[in-house]
Amino acid sequence: MDIIVCIKRVPETAEADLVIDGTKKAIETDDLVYSINEWDNYAVEAAIQLKEAEGGTITVISVGPEENNEVLRRALAMGADEAIRLTDPAFEGSDAYAMAKVLAAAIKDMPHDLILTGVQADDDGFGATGVALAQMLGLPYAALVTDIKKEGDTLTVHRELEGGLEEVDTLKLPALLTIQTGINEPRYVSIMGIRRVAKKEIAAKGAADLGLSENDVGLNGSMSQIEELFFPPVGEGAEIIEGTMDEKAETLVKILKERGGIA
Amino acid sequence: MEKIAVLVEHRQDEVRDITFEMLGKAHQLVGEGGEVIALFLGDPSQKGLLDAITPHAHRVIAYLDTNLKNFEPLRYQAAFSQIFENVDCQLILMGQTAFGMDLAPAVAAKWEIPFTSDVVDIEASDGDLMAIRQMYSGKVNAKVSLKAGDKRLLTVRAGAFPAEDIPTVSGEVQEITGAVEGDFSARTFVEYLEAAVGDVDITQADIIVSVGRGIKDADNIPIAEELANALGGVVACSRPVADKKWLPKERQVGTSGKTVKPKVYIALGISGAFQHQAGMKNAGTIIAVNKDPKAPIFGIAHYGIVDDLFKVVPALTEKVKGIKG
Ligand SMILES: Cc1cc2nc3c(=O)[nH]c(=O)nc-3n(C[C@H](O)[C@H](O)[C@H](O)COP(=O)(O)OP(=O)(O)OC[C@H]3O[C@@H](n4cnc5c(N)ncnc54)[C@H](O)[C@@H]3O)c2cc1C
Ligand SMILES: Nc1ncnc2c1ncn2[C@@H]1O[C@H](COP(=O)(O)O)[C@@H](O)[C@H]1O
Repeated sequence: MDIIVCIKRVPETAEADLVIDGTKKAIETDDLVYSINEWDNYAVEAAIQLKEAEGGTITVISVGPEENNEVLRRALAMGADEAIRLTDPAFEGSDAYAMAKVLAAAIKDMPHDLILTGVQADDDGFGATGVALAQMLGLPYAALVTDIKKEGDTLTVHRELEGGLEEVDTLKLPALLTIQTGINEPRYVSIMGIRRVAKKEIAAKGAADLGLSENDVGLNGSMSQIEELFFPPVGEGAEIIEGTMDEKAETLVKILKERGGIA
Repeated sequence: MEKIAVLVEHRQDEVRDITFEMLGKAHQLVGEGGEVIALFLGDPSQKGLLDAITPHAHRVIAYLDTNLKNFEPLRYQAAFSQIFENVDCQLILMGQTAFGMDLAPAVAAKWEIPFTSDVVDIEASDGDLMAIRQMYSGKVNAKVSLKAGDKRLLTVRAGAFPAEDIPTVSGEVQEITGAVEGDFSARTFVEYLEAAVGDVDITQADIIVSVGRGIKDADNIPIAEELANALGGVVACSRPVADKKWLPKERQVGTSGKTVKPKVYIALGISGAFQHQAGMKNAGTIIAVNKDPKAPIFGIAHYGIVDDLFKVVPALTEKVKGIKG
């Protein structure tokens, strides 16, 4: 089975103090640490487990600048066979729809039985690229997948619905799945492992190589465009408890007593 | 905007809240003289579900076919092929839910309808619209414009708009019957699986100590347990903690986990993504401990401590044990 996994390199923002830059359309990224999108890490692991059971190849694809080779190498170290980077200044500003067009242009000429993406990217949070890509490639698909079983050319998958409910579906290969976190336990990647693939060639392809014009991608090829970024209004917000650690704990205990927090 | 269509979301013979949230917003956007259209796809036996919808839409277009009993995107798309030609509207709303996320991006790509996802607000001015959506797990908002088009499509975040006080209008039902045709065997619905029942039911607890990724390691869970024991409460968690199997899935709070409403909810090292907030925002008192003063959790918490949980929790546990003696 030939599997393609789309992986994105995203900034870690959970603990970072974000600053909106002068254009008001992006955040300052100089001080941010980047890593593989969490959902995509689970997708790579899912591909490896399928390959271990079924044989075949895994190709990882990432759209972005040269730094994206880091996440591609990481996926190679985990067990992917090949890596491709799609890169072009024209891709900048692509929304989920334009991003899907870029990925579709590359994937349509590659052998594929199964394509995996993450459910969503941690930075833009569209949760849309995978399903749009499936449509463009004319493939059956399922979003929010938490379990995959393969029998012949049929997949039985679980989709996560709300409130702990799941849905079981069958899909005919070739197909596309968007992978939800928690589907597996992604394997650990050692420094040695990354070193081993450090020299592996990673092909880079631009818009022209993919037969894409400037109107297909980037802002021109997108359905939506950021006009302005701003911080969410804080609203009421929490009353912040100050003081020494002892005073903080003391105040908390008082609040807990008042609010029924001590049974 | 004069005409807005809302795709009704229903599952296991129940209309889901997101439907009413979207209908309410649609009424607000079209204003007097506008038209709110509800699109309903379902089995003829599910027609009773329309009773809840007709009072809140000027027009209900109900596509009834035995092939549409459960949500299946290929069948839905086939039904849309017929609906889209007959519905005159400028905007279509779907939920950013397991249902909408599995459908909307494909519909947008197939009919090339300008689209964006996970919208928390919609602003209409001079006939044009701007969508507000969140980036970086809720830390930044983006105002987004859409390409020109006869129709546009947005998916709406659950809980972004109130489901109450929706204007009542007398809806007229237009039924479309006739088989949805095509070969849909490439993806088939099989069944629903209910969540497994765990040893502890967090939805029944009065006091919840909930841990997020900030707890760093499975080995640190006992410090939360110790606090929960001292308070007489139970330990719950955010999604990454359940994903990593540091706590069982049935302890997870949020859209894809449990909805809880304890007297007190203590969030330790949880950033407060909307999927988490959806499961706990109605708790009586919310106390958040987080190193990051800009963590979204502080937006809904009543009390906050901006500090290292590994210092706060032991200090608090000791004090609580002290008074309980
Ligand atoms: C379809 C879908 C469904 C989802 N369903 C759910 C759901 O049901 N429930 C859910 O929770 N999530 C859900 N999520 C995931 C959600 O989007 C977030 O990724 C998740 O809630 C983040 O969890 P977290 O806050 O624990 O981790 P993070 O966002 O990584 O936050 C960790 C926090 O800990 C703080 N911290 C770190 N160290 C310390 C310390 N020493 N002391 C104090 N604070 C510290 C950091 O400042 C940060 O704010 C869902 C996502 C999707 C796409
Ligand atoms: N730049 C990119 N390179 C490779 N894959 C991407 C890229 N952007 C998005 N994807 C894929 O699409 C998924 C969903 O992203 P999004 O729709 O932006 O939330 C991600 O988890 C990736 O699998």
